[in-house]
Amino acid sequence: MCLGIPGKVIEITDEETNLGIADVSGVKRTVNLTCVAGCGLQNLVGAWVLIHVGFGMAVIDEEEARETLRTLHELGDAQEELFAMLAGDQAVQGH
Amino acid sequence: MQLVDEFRDARLAKRIRADIEELSTKAGADETNPLQIMEICGGHTHTIFRHGIDKLVPRSIEFVHGPGCPVCVLPMQRVDEFLELAERDSVILTSYGDAMRVPGRNGSLQQCKAAGVDVRMVYSPSDSLEIARKNPDKQVVFFGLGFETTAPATAISILQAAKEDIANFSVFCNHITVPPPIRSILEQADVSIDGFIGPGHVSMVIGTRPYDFIAEEFGKPVVVAGFEPLDLMQSVLMLLRQIVEGRVMVENQYSRVVTRDGNPVSLSALNEVFETRPSFEWRGLGEIESSGLRIRKQFAEFDAEERFGIGYGSSVTREGYRDQYPCGKVMIGKLKPFDCPHFCKDCTPETPLGALMVSSEGACAAYHQYGGFQ
Ligand code: SF4
Repeated sequence: MCLGIPGKVIEITDEETNLGIADVSGVKRTVNLTCVAGCGLQNLVGAWVLIHVGFGMAVIDEEEARETLRTLHELGDAQEELFAMLAGDQAVQGH
Repeated sequence: MQLVDEFRDARLAKRIRADIEELSTKAGADETNPLQIMEICGGHTHTIFRHGIDKLVPRSIEFVHGPGCPVCVLPMQRVDEFLELAERDSVILTSYGDAMRVPGRNGSLQQCKAAGVDVRMVYSPSDSLEIARKNPDKQVVFFGLGFETTAPATAISILQAAKEDIANFSVFCNHITVPPPIRSILEQADVSIDGFIGPGHVSMVIGTRPYDFIAEEFGKPVVVAGFEPLDLMQSVLMLLRQIVEGRVMVENQYSRVVTRDGNPVSLSALNEVFETRPSFEWRGLGEIESSGLRIRKQFAEFDAEERFGIGYGSSVTREGYRDQYPCGKVMIGKLKPFDCPHFCKDCTPETPLGALMVSSEGACAAYHQYGGFQ
């Protein structure tokens, strides 16, 4: 929950509510981009953001993102975070 | 030095390690009289143990694992109050996975789920909002938890619920803020912390300004740090430089992400939705003034405390909740986990007595898993 994980914004899905899809280590997840939309929502497509509990909280550069992901994967933290995302999807489906 | 070789930039890590060694000697620290450095954030505690940074730095540096793990400082009573909601009809309780195993008096959220209560583990408050949209006949209550890093997500979700008029969504708010407990720790007479590693992700939201008082009023250096192992090593070095050079200030090692003023959008969402509670209890530390957030009156319908009448501290007399375990002492550096009589005996990650044993960011759980200096 406090960890945060980098994801690459691949499309904007709802301009009004600042929603987009991010690719987080191969998992596609809807993220809320309100906090990082300052420089224009569409400009975020292709950018890397640091995602905390489904919200993009900071724009980071690609090298930083890759290094963070590498460390998170090495230690199993990324898997935990992806598992939490999956659990969230299931919770929405009623489990 | 085997540990160092695993770093992405092993040469740099070696150099930083050598510099740390040299400066800590200059600062007059040694094994019997180490410099105490508190990492405020549980995420840093996690990184320190996972990468063995505590073993990598010389013994003249001692990490004190601060109060920055929201799960660890969550009062048991809040779990109980939340679970009281389950007795009402048509309620779906939602929570981050981290809070599912925190022991309450009548069990944890996870145990209640196993007993048939509809408790769902979500990744995001937006999942919780979506559950509310899909189940209009149920009341969906989200267990809001965390520091300034996760609080904006809760705030924005409440704003969204208000905008869409989602009448069956509310938040049971346990959000807390980082600066007040640091003040409270520093005000204790017998605390001898020499410097602080400031939380990277909290600071991404609030900036570095809120830590100025640590340097200005208490004369202790602060370095806000990122989460890579090298970030932490570098921050220790920056703290040592301040100490040796007699400087006291707030420095920012994590300027890739953190600015002096924070993220304006997150801050304004926080300010719009939340106000400061007069006081909030931190497990192991007691009540701390102005340390918690509650939902403003204007958003009362999304405040589970208001909607269900389960106000803060209303359920049982608080006296019964006094912790009989020494977790608070561990948290301020007066006791090492292995000096607690319960450590790895009747207190284990499977059967936690205190919250420091619950979360992987808790000092006791980390010592249990990775071992510390013995
Ligand atoms: S071992 Fe258990 S009881 Fe002792 S300080 Fe740690 S969490 Fe608290």
